[in-house]
Amino acid sequence: MTMAPAAEAPKETGDELRVVPAGDEAILVEFGRRISRDLFRRVRGLADELSGPARPAWVREVVPAYGSVLVYYDPDRVAFAAATEQLRSLAEEAAARELPPARPVEVPVRYGGVDGPDLEWVARRTGLSPAEVVELHSRPVYVVYMLGFLPGFCYLGDLPPEIAVERLPTPRLALPAGAVAIGGQQTGIYSLDNSPGGWRWIGRTRLRLWDPRRDPPALLAAGDEVRFIPE
Amino acid sequence: MEGADEARPGFLVVAPGLWTTVQDLGRPGYQQYGVPPSGALDAYALEAANRLVGNPPQAAGLEVTLRGPVLRVEFDGLVACTGADLGFTIDGRPAMMWQAHRVRPGQVLAFSGRKAGCRAYLAASGGIAVPCVMGSRSTYVRAKLGGLNGRALANGDRVSVGSPSPGWRERAGLALPYQLRRFGLPQPVRAILGPQDWMFTSLAIRRLFGAAYRVSPRSDRMGYRLEGPRLAHRDGADIVSEGIAPGSIQVPADGRPIVLLADRQTTGGYAKIATVISADLDFLAQAAPGDRVTFRKIDVPGAHRVRRERQELLEEVARFTGTAGLPSA
Repeated sequence: MTMAPAAEAPKETGDELRVVPAGDEAILVEFGRRISRDLFRRVRGLADELSGPARPAWVREVVPAYGSVLVYYDPDRVAFAAATEQLRSLAEEAAARELPPARPVEVPVRYGGVDGPDLEWVARRTGLSPAEVVELHSRPVYVVYMLGFLPGFCYLGDLPPEIAVERLPTPRLALPAGAVAIGGQQTGIYSLDNSPGGWRWIGRTRLRLWDPRRDPPALLAAGDEVRFIPE
Repeated sequence: MEGADEARPGFLVVAPGLWTTVQDLGRPGYQQYGVPPSGALDAYALEAANRLVGNPPQAAGLEVTLRGPVLRVEFDGLVACTGADLGFTIDGRPAMMWQAHRVRPGQVLAFSGRKAGCRAYLAASGGIAVPCVMGSRSTYVRAKLGGLNGRALANGDRVSVGSPSPGWRERAGLALPYQLRRFGLPQPVRAILGPQDWMFTSLAIRRLFGAAYRVSPRSDRMGYRLEGPRLAHRDGADIVSEGIAPGSIQVPADGRPIVLLADRQTTGGYAKIATVISADLDFLAQAAPGDRVTFRKIDVPGAHRVRRERQELLEEVARFTGTAGLPSA
C-alpha cells in the first residue's frame, strides 16, 4: 500500500533522503534542504544516471535543482511504489557515482556603467571599491546549480559573502539578455531580453545564453563550472 | 522547419479575442533548461477537437480564452470547437460544440459570449501550421517561443493550416456523444498532499480540503491565484528552489495559494502544500475568474485510476472518430 507522505516534519538537522510524490506524474527526490556542493554532487549523480542510456524506461524528464531532482515518470509504465523504491536506491548510490568532469565555461563580462548600473550601489553597500567588487565577483569558480525562472537563466554559486547583498525592493521590469546580477548568496545571468528581475545588475556578457535554434538551446547546463572574465 | 512546407491559408484574424494562442500537447523535455512545457490547459478538449476534424491528437489548435476571436476562414476544410461554451458561431449562427463543421473560404467564425467555462479549443483540419520549435508548436509568450511569432493572436494576423487527412470531407457533421464530452468543473478538484505539506499547520491542511476558494482575476496560463482562507506555514514559506510539477499548489508567505499550470516557472522557492492530479487539470483550466474551487485529498494510486479513466475516454474518442490509427507523438 502506498500512502501520501506523513505530515510530520522531517528531521531538521542532517540531510535525510526524502522520496515523495509531486502529483501523480512526478516524484521529488530530495537529498537535503541546504545549498552545498556536497548535496549538489549527489543531485548531479542521480540526474546523470536518470538522463543516461541505462535510465529506467519510465523516466520522462528530470529537473535537477540545488538539493533535489524532480523526476517526471510515466504511470503507464511503472507503479508509483516501484518507481519510488527504485529512485530511492538510485539516490542512495548517487554519492558514489562517477561523474563526468564538469565542463568549464569562461564568461567574459563588462562590469559597471551601462553594462552594470548597480555596481556602484553594491560597492557603497559593502564598503568596497567597484574594482574590489569586480575582483571578488570574478575570483571564484562557480557551479551552475540550476536553470530555471526563465529559459536559460542560470543560478550560480557560491558568491563570496563579502558581496552578498539584498535584492532590489522593487524588481526591474526589463533586464537585457546577458545581464550578470547578484542576489543573496547567488549570482546569475539573465538569458532573455526584457526579463523582469530583482537581483542587483553589475555586469553584462556578450555570450548568448539562450537560442531556441541551438540544441540544447541553453549555453549552460546544471553542473557546469563558470568563471567570469572581466573585460 | 517542420510543418512549414505544407502550410496553406487558414484564418484571417479580424479580432483576436481576449487571449488566443496556438497550443498543442506541449513541449516536454526542456524543463531542465528552464522551459515550461506549455500546451493546452484543457488537453482533453484539444485532443477531442483534433480527432473530430481528423487530426492526430498532438496537432496544434487555438486556445481561446473567455472572449473569443473573430476569424475569417480562408480554406476549404473542417473546424471543431470544444471545451468552454463561449458562444461559438459560424456566419453569425450558433454552431454545435464538439462537432466537425465543414467550412469554406469567406465564412466567419466568432464567439457571441461566454456561457460556461473559461477556455475553448478550435481545431482545423490539417492543424494550425506554425513552425515547430523544440518539438512543439505551443506558444510560450514570456520567452516569445513557438506559436505565431511567440505571441497571442493580433488583428490582421494570418494563421496557416496544414494538409487535412484523407477522407476529411466525410467527417463533416461528426459529433461526439455526450458521454465523451468532458467538460465542467467537478466539485471538488482532487489533489495529492505534498511535497511540502509538512511545512503547513494542520489547520491549513484542513482548510485546503474543507474551504471554498475563488479563482482570482489575476490568473493566467502560469497559474491560478485563489482567493479564500489563508494557509499558514509552521515556520516560513521559503524552501531551497526545486522543480515544480504541474498542478502544484504553491503558498507564498502571504498564505494565498497559487495553482501552477502549464506556463509555470520550472523551478521555485515556495512551499507547496499539495498537487492537483493530472486528470483534474483539464477541469481546473475551465474555471474562470470568480468561479468556486474546492479540493479533495486523494492518494497516488487513486489518482492513477482517475488518470486511466481519462485515457480510456480519450481512447473511446479516438475509436469513435476513427482516428485511433493516426500517428501520435
